[in-house]
Amino acid sequence: MDHQPQIETMAVNPARPENSRALRWKSFYKKLAKNKAALAGAFIILVFALLAIFAPLIAPHNPSTFDLPNKLQPPSSDNWLGTDDKGRDILSRILYGSRISLVVGILSTILGALVGIILGIVSGYYGKWVDTLIMRICDVLLAFPGILLALAIVSVLGASTTNVIIAVAFYAIPTFARIVRGSTLTVKKLEYIDAIKAMGARDTRIIFRHILPNIMSPIIVQSTLYIASAIITASALSFLGMGTKPPTPEWGTMLAQGRSYVAQAPHLTIFPGLVILLVVVGFNLFGDGLRDALDPRSKK
Amino acid sequence: MFLYIVRRIFQTIPVMIGVTLAVFLMMHLIPGDAAKIMAGENANPEQVEQMRENLGLNDPLYEQYFRFIGNAATGDLGNSIRTSRPVTQEIFDSRFWITVQLAIIGTALAVLFGLIAGIISATRKYSFADVSLMVIALFGLSMPNFWLGIMLIYLFSVNLGWLPVAGWGTWEHMILPAITLGTAGAAIIARMTRSSMLEVLDQDYIRTAYAKGVGDKLVIYKHGLRNALIPVVTVVGLQFGSLLGGAVVTETVFAVNGLGRLIIDSIRAHDFPMVQGTILVCAVLFVVVNTIVDISYRLLNKRVDLN
Repeated sequence: MDHQPQIETMAVNPARPENSRALRWKSFYKKLAKNKAALAGAFIILVFALLAIFAPLIAPHNPSTFDLPNKLQPPSSDNWLGTDDKGRDILSRILYGSRISLVVGILSTILGALVGIILGIVSGYYGKWVDTLIMRICDVLLAFPGILLALAIVSVLGASTTNVIIAVAFYAIPTFARIVRGSTLTVKKLEYIDAIKAMGARDTRIIFRHILPNIMSPIIVQSTLYIASAIITASALSFLGMGTKPPTPEWGTMLAQGRSYVAQAPHLTIFPGLVILLVVVGFNLFGDGLRDALDPRSKK
Repeated sequence: MFLYIVRRIFQTIPVMIGVTLAVFLMMHLIPGDAAKIMAGENANPEQVEQMRENLGLNDPLYEQYFRFIGNAATGDLGNSIRTSRPVTQEIFDSRFWITVQLAIIGTALAVLFGLIAGIISATRKYSFADVSLMVIALFGLSMPNFWLGIMLIYLFSVNLGWLPVAGWGTWEHMILPAITLGTAGAAIIARMTRSSMLEVLDQDYIRTAYAKGVGDKLVIYKHGLRNALIPVVTVVGLQFGSLLGGAVVTETVFAVNGLGRLIIDSIRAHDFPMVQGTILVCAVLFVVVNTIVDISYRLLNKRVDLN
């Protein structure tokens, strides 16, 4: 879980006039295109996204069909990554599992980010007791270390894929709220916001037209990095039996099932774990690259 | 300094109240009848009513909350539904200490390897050692710890037979769980130390120290590392917390009877008083550790704005 580096101090760089936004994006693309690690990350993400989308076309076998005479078979020409304890093809299960793991990682991040952004902007823009209240709620949420908050939520709502999305999203809320609040406070103090206010613009217009576009950089970076930890957390919950339930192919549940056979059939655990590692590396590389490209302090 | 410590301790009070409120509300947010779920599928209405009475669920909500924090303050977190023993006894008899022991060893390993790797990387910027260590750190950061644990068991216990597969008690039992738990932390600390040291080593005062003829080691360790450590301390504090959370998974992989395993077993058995108690203890411990970390800032850096 919470493996993402802290980016709260990342400069927002809102001082530039808005009409230079296109220039900034151009410079961002240039920096990103030069960052080989980020491109490698983007490539990994793209490959897994395509594998997830086209899983039914690519998967060599049905991921749910039992073939007990062929159980625990090592990798072969027919089953490239071997078979599990029920004789199911591990490669096909990994391909179908990517759908769940990616969807859970991305959806929970979007959900958590949306709530966190709203709370962060409201907190930073309106200040006073609203700010104090929201930030204290965030402090309370952050007081539950690591996976414990997600576990507490799943223990209340019950174990299911939907509840894992909610639980993992909940964990993202305080992180996003704090980052957005900090960035909003910086942008709010700028003269052009005062000028827009003096012209009689409504709060919603100021927030959505002038503040939000200027604080997108840290949000984008944090979202990418958070997807990585969301995938790990969701798999961990499934591994613990608190998430997606078998027989649905999911990487965490595959690891939990393969654990008992680690001595006789290690491929049951090696491959699903390697896949999680690879996807998370992809998101971390891309997130780090985005951070470097979007950080105005970084050299060209 | 004394005033700062007092103020910082007072700041934890609203957080603690919030934590107790959140933990208390857990049981009330369960969809359906919590008493019925805890009494079990085969319980008759009388048993459900008895359960409701035992848990005080018939009283007004505010009354239940004040009783909950009043009792918690005196160390009474109710009784376990599963074992009927007091929750605090279940937690503090041995499980709490096992998890704390595991988290401390995991943190120590993370700090030791993270600092060494971070310093080597920063002082040999863009060298083979730097690139290799940062690639290892990236993988350490991205690796699910439950998978790492299983792979360590496969390699060191099943294949080589050097270390026990599961359990707790001797130092041999502690090695694999501690490595499993500490790896991600070591990776984070290594990355943080590297970037923090690179930033510090780029400062004017470091150049001045070199210009004055101060030796490499003295500049790096006395002037560089000491200042670079300040942001690292925060990460270490946060790591201890996430290690407490990570212990849930690690203890499950290595069958260690700590708090993490207690939470999982209690969730499975719908033993909500036990789940509430364990999560409350972990959260309070995390808040306490973070407060200590914040205070230790002052000791490391006199420039920190205490306001």
